[in-house]
Amino acid sequence: MKIIVCIKQVPDTSDVRLDPETNTLAREGVQSIMNPYDQHALEEAVRLKENVGGEVVVITMGPPQAEEVLRQAITCGADSGVLVSDRAFAGADTWATAYTLEHAIKTIGQADLILCGKQAIDGDTAQVGPGLATRLGIPFLTCIQKVREVTDGAIVVERMMDDGYDVVAVDYPALLTVVKDINVPRVPSLKGKMKAKKATFTTLSAEDIGADPACIGLLGSPTQVVKVFPPQARGERSVLIGTVDEQIDQLVEKLIPYL
Amino acid sequence: MLNVSQELCIGCGICEEICPFGAISVEYGLAVVGDSCTLCGACVESCELEALTLELGEKKNQEDLQSWKGVWVFCEFRGTALAPVSLELLGIGRTLADERGVTVSAILLGHETVETPATLIGHGADVVFLVDHLALKDFKDDSYSAIVTSLIQDHKPEIVLAGATAIGRSFIAGVATTLNTGLTADCTKLEIRQEDGALLQTRPAFGGNIMATIVCETSRPQMATVRPKVMKELPFDVLRKGEVVIVTPTDDQLSSKVRVLESVVAKEANVNIQEADILVSGGRGLESEKGFELLKELAGVMGARISASRAVVDAGWIPYPHQVGQTGKTVAPHLYIACGISGAVQHVAGMQSAETIVAINRDKNATIFDVADYGIVGDLFEVIPKLIKKIEERG
Amino acid sequence: MDYFLSEEQQMIVDIARQITDERIIPNRAELDEKHEFPRNILNEMAQADLFGVPIPEEYGGFGGGCLDISLTVEQLGRGCVGVGTAFAANFLGVYPIIIAGSEEMKQKYLPSVATGEKFGAFGLTEANAGSDASGIQTTAVLDGDEWVLNGTKQWITNGGEAQIYTVVAITDRSRGPRGASLFVVEEGDPGFTCGPKEKKMGIRASSTTELIFKDCRIPKDRLIGRKGTGFITVMKTLDLSRPGIAALGVGLAQGALDEATRYAKQRKQFGKPIIAFQAVQHLLADMAIGIESARALVYGAAKHIQAHPKDMSKVSSMCKVYATDVAMKATTDAVQVMGGYGYMAEYPVEKMMRDAKILQIYEGTNQIQRNVIGQELNKEYS
Repeated sequence: MKIIVCIKQVPDTSDVRLDPETNTLAREGVQSIMNPYDQHALEEAVRLKENVGGEVVVITMGPPQAEEVLRQAITCGADSGVLVSDRAFAGADTWATAYTLEHAIKTIGQADLILCGKQAIDGDTAQVGPGLATRLGIPFLTCIQKVREVTDGAIVVERMMDDGYDVVAVDYPALLTVVKDINVPRVPSLKGKMKAKKATFTTLSAEDIGADPACIGLLGSPTQVVKVFPPQARGERSVLIGTVDEQIDQLVEKLIPYL
Repeated sequence: MLNVSQELCIGCGICEEICPFGAISVEYGLAVVGDSCTLCGACVESCELEALTLELGEKKNQEDLQSWKGVWVFCEFRGTALAPVSLELLGIGRTLADERGVTVSAILLGHETVETPATLIGHGADVVFLVDHLALKDFKDDSYSAIVTSLIQDHKPEIVLAGATAIGRSFIAGVATTLNTGLTADCTKLEIRQEDGALLQTRPAFGGNIMATIVCETSRPQMATVRPKVMKELPFDVLRKGEVVIVTPTDDQLSSKVRVLESVVAKEANVNIQEADILVSGGRGLESEKGFELLKELAGVMGARISASRAVVDAGWIPYPHQVGQTGKTVAPHLYIACGISGAVQHVAGMQSAETIVAINRDKNATIFDVADYGIVGDLFEVIPKLIKKIEERG
Repeated sequence: MDYFLSEEQQMIVDIARQITDERIIPNRAELDEKHEFPRNILNEMAQADLFGVPIPEEYGGFGGGCLDISLTVEQLGRGCVGVGTAFAANFLGVYPIIIAGSEEMKQKYLPSVATGEKFGAFGLTEANAGSDASGIQTTAVLDGDEWVLNGTKQWITNGGEAQIYTVVAITDRSRGPRGASLFVVEEGDPGFTCGPKEKKMGIRASSTTELIFKDCRIPKDRLIGRKGTGFITVMKTLDLSRPGIAALGVGLAQGALDEATRYAKQRKQFGKPIIAFQAVQHLLADMAIGIESARALVYGAAKHIQAHPKDMSKVSSMCKVYATDVAMKATTDAVQVMGGYGYMAEYPVEKMMRDAKILQIYEGTNQIQRNVIGQELNKEYS
């Protein structure tokens, strides 16, 4: 089974913050990491490979330094990686990203299964997976929490819903996005690290994938960011005073409108 | 392309500071743009010397931009019930439509929807497109997507909204892709831009640390998913009139590549924490799985649902659907009571848009107190039973 | 301090650190409280290839030396000495095979140890043979094609959890130290059982049991090396493994310093964080000095041992004594810095202090180590 895993290098958002005073971004020491959801997608792909055989190809769109996450993916069991990188891709929204990934995947050859994280933690859109599947003309299922069964023609999964979950079967080729409940990603192995050290990756430019310049990057993006600003600071915290009992009394008063 | 004028740039470094992506560095007194530039334009605005310019190709407008009119709301119906977010969407949809001087239409897909169209009209819909079919009883992305796409193509609404729920966020992305238009995820604010009537879509990014306002200028419809509990629904008006349009789906639209074998509703009721008005949320301070019994009791007297921090979900004290935070769910209840939660940024990202936040924690330095509106420093095993008693006394 | 580790060594450290931070630290309190053997964590370490670190390449390992394994256990020790002990004692169990085993024996056992499929334990100590190994009562008698073992080993780490036990038994009492031999006993061999798990002050995640041999019959080829060379192999084994115990001490002390410093920065008394007080700063500074000097000694000793396998007793003993004494002091002081909180089970330093004590006792007490160092000095200056 050939499995493609779409991964993204993201800033560790726990470090990213706009300074409300200066409206500038405090990014001191912001680390780049593999999007956490994608780590679960990769782990699931490697497990599927270990169970039924096949290969795992990771693909990422990003600047040249995004090669880091491809290397990290090799340490965790991916077989090879593809970097889709071009200055012309800069500023892509989810539509343009899905377009670009579609062309990249058609260039490297379709897979039986494409796995993605549910969403990237920098954008939190959860739209690229479904968009990519739609462009490729294959079915997709989002928020997979468990793979139940893998057969020659289909995969049976549990998809998380707001009120529980659905058990769904889908034929290959298909795209699945996963939530973190699906597995616990493994710690990289020493063999994997040694392999990753030597790994080289295919790099694909806009021209290589035959992308229409009008459909990629900022130019190809239907949406545009017009303003970035820090979230409204929450109101002053009310101080409850006195003994714990007195504080509870005051709190209950404050909560009356909600009860 | 982001260009730096060698004549104008003095290498002051303001743009370097402001770049959200760390893409600019000042070298030899000149700003240099690196590969991680996403052309967001934050630097262009920051440069008083106008040394930075964004050079973009001409974006072509979709040809029939002006012919798209009306606000559409996808009303989610699962099992036998309408998702509450649907009514909130009608509320904001109504506001937007009134400003644009157009009508609000609801799209309702499902089976045995009975009185639901009347409910939607009473809450602000002028038209309800009703697609009621046995095959739509289970949610299937491809069928839902095909039907909604074709309706949009036929009727050309200017704005399409859906709830940022498991279902809404899933299939609507397929719809936007097919329509070759923009989609903004999980919006917390929607407004009409006065100059040109464009929809201003504001949403949190970077785990809620940054807000971004997004527009879709060149294509229609303008599509957005909206975070539950953020918008206000309109009171039900029995006198409101509206039209119900019955739509019959084609066999093609109903034929799906996925098979729903079973729908399992979570054993514990109220697992859908995104729709809760009040959440009582537990963290490591609960000390063990048993701690949740106490929270359930509090939730019981308050009519609340139970949520949790990542730490306790990872520890297996409560299932993942209850997790709030960056790798869990984003919630915006009216009231959020954090019990024994330290307040890691990843957790705060998932709950900071709650209207009121209460924190109970034994550690007075816990960061949760930084976002809390009311905080009690104390042992939750002492505080919560007292709180329950007080609330019960008030009846 | 930068010790200029090789790229491979840095990889080992990174993996061990990740396992420690993500798997051991979140679970250590529970493992300690329940006296639970860390089976899942060890499986993950196996999956990450850490069990292959000191196994020669021809048997499926990475052929790492004393420093490589010390770097690994240092990280584990930072999280939990109980888990670190289980891991380290596995190698203590298989070192005799690496040092003195026949080619067939190595082929038979080492590949499955490198993958973590099989786990080792070392059976030396007995009720009357602790520091004085000459008190060993367990015997092995050749009967046809089989050795027959009788006796009881005491306080054996990984007892009941291991599949491969290397056991010291007397084959000829009349020959004194040259009358002891080493054998491989496998889990399930007839006449071999393990006693119940001991209840311990610390390192509760590790398993400690008796090994009981009652007419235990094993094939003739389970003898490790030549008959009568048991003690020599035991000494070499311990010389090789002691830096690992020292590294556990360095890691543990580092973990205690991390906890104490973080706490001191956040705990406020008299209106300021307690780290602002010199009394606290000095405690922390002394911990840091001790840890860094212990680390430098352990790394240096490990490199020396790799380069000079015939001259390792003294440096091996020196680093064990120093680093484990540092660990005892650092963990005690960490509790002191944290005061009442430090004494409570809710914070990890009380466990660290309990765990530290064993490091000064097992694999040769620190007093015995000083004897060794003294005797070596006596020889050197003769």
